[in-house]
Amino acid sequence: MKVVKIIAWIALIAFVVIQFFPVDYNQSEIVPQTDFMLVNKVPATVEQSLRVSCYDCHSNNTNYPWYSKIQPSAWYLEHHIKEGKAELNFNEWDDLSDRRKTSKLRSIISQIEDGEMPLDSYTLIHRDAIFSETNKTAVIDYMKKLKDSLE
Amino acid sequence: MKTVKRTMSTMALAATMILTVSCKDGNKNEPAAPMSNEMHQETMDDKDNMAMGKNQDAKAEAILKGYFNLKDALVNDDNSKAKELGNTLAQSLKSFDASSYADSEQNELKDIIEDATEHAEHIGESDIAHQREHFKTLSKDMADMVAITGTSMKIYEQYCPMYDNNKGGAWLSMNEEIRNPYFGAQMLKCGKVQREIN
Repeated sequence: MKVVKIIAWIALIAFVVIQFFPVDYNQSEIVPQTDFMLVNKVPATVEQSLRVSCYDCHSNNTNYPWYSKIQPSAWYLEHHIKEGKAELNFNEWDDLSDRRKTSKLRSIISQIEDGEMPLDSYTLIHRDAIFSETNKTAVIDYMKKLKDSLE
Repeated sequence: MKTVKRTMSTMALAATMILTVSCKDGNKNEPAAPMSNEMHQETMDDKDNMAMGKNQDAKAEAILKGYFNLKDALVNDDNSKAKELGNTLAQSLKSFDASSYADSEQNELKDIIEDATEHAEHIGESDIAHQREHFKTLSKDMADMVAITGTSMKIYEQYCPMYDNNKGGAWLSMNEEIRNPYFGAQMLKCGKVQREIN
């Protein structure tokens, strides 16, 4: 029983200590001219879907939930956002060449079609980020049209 | 007190679990920026220019060979071999150096290489249907690369009109005979030569 007590204390101390580690928050007021919404004519419903389901991890501005203030979930989020932005940043869309845009659109389409995106770990809490069937079709159709216009 | 202890140890457990999970994908490499290995390049440049001229870049030839090997794995429906060769190709793409090309070509080449690297890396981790999807775009990148770098090899651009819901898909091959990388054994000979390079 004593061992359990010690472990519990260590865990508690560790939990408190990790709260002091800084996190790189992904927040920016500025929307660059290269933003996907600014350079493309995106229909309102599609825009809404993308903002709710994609922009938290694929843009320079994350709408953080309350638990982002608590470690270790803050690290978990930070890691996901960095990875997401490295893969695709909608804010920097127009910096991409047509070749890269086409490739990115191809992956956007196939990942949404396969239900790989948005991530399950994200929709677990962000229930509103789950695409409804109509929104899913609308987003995919729009992305396909955009892709065809580039090819 | 007992419940407090239990909660605490659960918390500790949860914390460790979350940490472990969050680190799981930690070592996925981002597509690395093209390495500029200048010292190495200087000596290489001289040799390259003397031995084979600018139109036959040794690294570009290595990339093409890597691409052909990958294509053969897809022809043989070999998912795991294609994964391995996708990663190999990604490595040789990363070691490509565009600095000996003209400025206008450099940008285009860097763009092609960046795109192709991403596709090769995805081929390194996907099931065969996805590998083939990426291979289609990769093939276009390769054709565009050859248009700039040139090659000493004789290459055939071949085309299967049925792939991708009849949208079609092209690929490059060193042999005139059709061996379809998009369908493999299912439709090995579907396709035609649409262009000869060299």
